[in-house]
Amino acid sequence: MAKLTLIRGGRVIDPAQNLDEMVDLWIEGTRVLGTEPMPGAVPDRTIDATGLIVCPGLIDVHVHLREPGNEEDETIATGADAALAGGWTTIVSMPNTRPPIDTPAAVEFVILQAKRAGKAIVLPSACVSKNRAGEELAELGKLYEAGAVAFTDDGAPISHAGLMRRALEYSRMFDVPIFQHCQVNELTAGAVMNEGDVSLRLGLTGMPPVAEEIMVARDIMLAELTGGHVHIQHLSTARSVELVREGKARGVRVSAEACPHHISLTDENLAKFDSNFKMNPPLRTARDVEAVIHGIVDGTIDLIATDHAPHSPEKKNRELDQAPFGILGLETMLPIVRQTLIEPSLMTWPEVIAKLTIEPAKLIRVEQYKGHLKPGAEASVTLIDPDRAWTIDVADFRSKSINTPYQGWSVQGRAVATIVCGEVRYLLDSHRETMMA
Amino acid sequence: MNMRKPLEFRRLKAASNQRRTRATMTATTSFNHRHLLALEQLTRDEIHYILDQADIYAAHANAGRLKHSVLTGTLVAQLFFENSTRTRSSFGLAARRLGADTLDFSPSSSSISKGESFIDTAQNLVAMGAKILVVRHSVPGTPQLLTQYTDASVVNAGDGAHEHPTQALLDLMTIRQRKGRIEGLTVALVGDILHSRVARSNIWALRKLGARVILCGPPTLVSDRWTTMGCEVHHHLDTILPEVDVVNVLRIQFERQRSALFPSVAEYFELYGMTQRRIEMGRDDLLLLAPGPINRGVELTPEVADGPNSAILDQVRNGLAVRMAVLSLVQGHAAAPLEF
Repeated sequence: MAKLTLIRGGRVIDPAQNLDEMVDLWIEGTRVLGTEPMPGAVPDRTIDATGLIVCPGLIDVHVHLREPGNEEDETIATGADAALAGGWTTIVSMPNTRPPIDTPAAVEFVILQAKRAGKAIVLPSACVSKNRAGEELAELGKLYEAGAVAFTDDGAPISHAGLMRRALEYSRMFDVPIFQHCQVNELTAGAVMNEGDVSLRLGLTGMPPVAEEIMVARDIMLAELTGGHVHIQHLSTARSVELVREGKARGVRVSAEACPHHISLTDENLAKFDSNFKMNPPLRTARDVEAVIHGIVDGTIDLIATDHAPHSPEKKNRELDQAPFGILGLETMLPIVRQTLIEPSLMTWPEVIAKLTIEPAKLIRVEQYKGHLKPGAEASVTLIDPDRAWTIDVADFRSKSINTPYQGWSVQGRAVATIVCGEVRYLLDSHRETMMA
Repeated sequence: MNMRKPLEFRRLKAASNQRRTRATMTATTSFNHRHLLALEQLTRDEIHYILDQADIYAAHANAGRLKHSVLTGTLVAQLFFENSTRTRSSFGLAARRLGADTLDFSPSSSSISKGESFIDTAQNLVAMGAKILVVRHSVPGTPQLLTQYTDASVVNAGDGAHEHPTQALLDLMTIRQRKGRIEGLTVALVGDILHSRVARSNIWALRKLGARVILCGPPTLVSDRWTTMGCEVHHHLDTILPEVDVVNVLRIQFERQRSALFPSVAEYFELYGMTQRRIEMGRDDLLLLAPGPINRGVELTPEVADGPNSAILDQVRNGLAVRMAVLSLVQGHAAAPLEF
């Protein structure tokens, strides 16, 4: 007889079922039983969710775990642990490791390391091109069979239009999306930030917004040509939002994600030359921030992903030109999204949660059993205290790195319990759990 | 030999302008910063105050008082991660004239080549007792980064294309000497504005002090975006020359140019080189500045560089005074008054 868990007294939000109610949620073993009352049932474990949001486990489709090859920055275990603290139960790892994830063995390595760690579930993405070199297609069929949920050369764009076209065409038979990091490299040589008034003032080389937009436009056209599914990663400019909106209106299979930093910070933050504000795509202008937020609100942007990109302090804390691109994201997403989208009443919790659960589940085609709380679904659940006040402090991070731009921010909203396949793997408030003898 | 007369004349004129400047000066303010990182961060009064202090050191030098003791026993470390001749020697001499000990650090002869980080290097120098770090680096913001890791005063001697505060201060000191004022003047900065830290520091200081600033160069080096810094943008030097009081000819930064931003040196010289013909198009009292090192035949001709409108060697002389003022001020010392 599988163990019965009762999550009691919470506000259950499940956008896939249009559910937002004060009800109890029952879990049996690794599956969701449902929210119907269970008269006479005696739970083996009860979690008191009074005052908390109870929602499907959050899914981040854009995470760099650095293993294999850069274990000084992050490992699969530490990254998956940081995910739990941020409320994520499933994360999609990016393949730009050393060596890159371009063989079935490498895909299986990631899956096995994640199982050993026993933290958040890790679903690997795999390279589009062999050795991530952008020249010839990797063995997408074998990678898919091994468990890859998406193909991407992330960290770098697929620059070659012909290769992108073939990738979009060929991946159709597995119904796997191509995640694209949109950047025309010829326009970004030596750049460290957004090209604009601020880069001009600071004497830093900038990436013009069109370096992103040109490739967004190209790839939407290639998706239209091939019928493939292109997913625009970390979309950051106003014009990119328009291009995706227009592509969707024409029926092109294009989806898009936005990152918390691109809706909460601008290129003005670089004025202190702090490399914790250096990422790619770079922080843009207030106008872009507004447009990306609007894109999230009106559904042009399907989902929120973090682009969690750990770098050890000895690499990151140095001259701005030489510091690598990327910041942490897993452990700070919820309060930043709350502050940016919910506090100003642009979106409600159910609307935001949809972009963190069912939408990413659909993107990686796991919506049959993930991303919702329908009976029979994977019992991965996140409990959020929506108003919990706390101070972001790298000393408390579970990630191996500390490269966050949000250090010292006083924020509200935090995951307090993260349940993966029926198992409580993260619990901030131990008093909430009661076990039957 | 025929150079001597104009030089003498210029020196006298400079001295008289200096007196005029001091006489018209109102109440001095003070300078309460531990670092000098960027002129963007200074107020108009603070900039004038540094220039006044530099004028005092220059007057001391004119009176034969070369050595001072305000920094006796203070260790000034120079960290130059990028090549420099005049800035480096100027800072070194300035420090010694103030009585400081100096420690010169260059990456070629150092542990940077052994992989030591820039921050570790600086911390080691501070552990040896350095109270002032004079830093030049190819990456913008590096001096500012350093302030988070040491207790020493950091003086920016040029950070990438960001700022070069003492260069702009010596440019302003030279303008003030020659013209008696900054406010109301029209100053043209010509050339590679995009890659120029000298341009950025000059723009901040000139705008704060009330000058009109015209930037002139090809659109690849001077885009319209520069108007957001309060400048005017022009692409034709001949058009603007008649209306300017000062022209500051910036060096083409061959080492910072990542891709060809103009077709050839010959074409550049044709469009923007300061020639005798162009000097004659300007006002008689057109003041010509060049931060150096100058590429003779690229930005200006030898006859112009050495001609009567040129203040290039004044700039070098003033650089010493400006750096003495800055090194004293970041340690909280004002120059000894002239009358004692």
